[in-house]
Amino acid sequence: MSAPEWGFDSIRDVVTAVLVLVAALMCFAAGVGLLRFPDVLSRLHAATKPQILGVIAIVADVAVSNPSLVTITLAVAIIFFQSLTAPVSAHMVGRAAYRTGHFRRDILVADEFRGHD
Amino acid sequence: MIVVVVIAGLLMGAGAIGALVRIIRGPSALDRIIASDVLVATAICAIGAEMAINRHTDTMPVLLGLALFGIVGSVSVARFLSARDDT
Repeated sequence: MSAPEWGFDSIRDVVTAVLVLVAALMCFAAGVGLLRFPDVLSRLHAATKPQILGVIAIVADVAVSNPSLVTITLAVAIIFFQSLTAPVSAHMVGRAAYRTGHFRRDILVADEFRGHD
Repeated sequence: MIVVVVIAGLLMGAGAIGALVRIIRGPSALDRIIASDVLVATAICAIGAEMAINRHTDTMPVLLGLALFGIVGSVSVARFLSARDDT
């Protein structure tokens, strides 16, 4: 009885499938979180999952699926710019939500801005 | 592989529909801009999944453009949202 035929192609298919499913699960979790969470700040928490984890999974998936120098360079650039811009926009949206009062104060755990406004 | 494609398509479609419902219903403009960010991220994931499954890299610059300019809408809306805006 010989060993099963697990060449490089089948391992690559398995990794591709797993990473696609991880990214799809992140997108689904973000959709459910946007529908179910009560206010802007908690929806901001749900929105971060596909923006960082989903994009990293899918770009690593493309780099695994056809590995070349151009693909890996573009993958690193995409992950770099996405992880550079997503926290900035989340910070701006969170600050605007606090200043305009679009959040529920009764479900806050801590409010370090209270008394500093 | 076709099972993976169907499952991933259903999950991503459900996530995109959730984001669309939040864009339509969202009580404030900030909810809508968060949901449109999620829609852009879902589009990135869908384009990348199609590339990884079909093993080509033709739309990789599209992902780079979306990752670069996805910031513009949310930052401008959050910057110019006035304090008495209750939409």
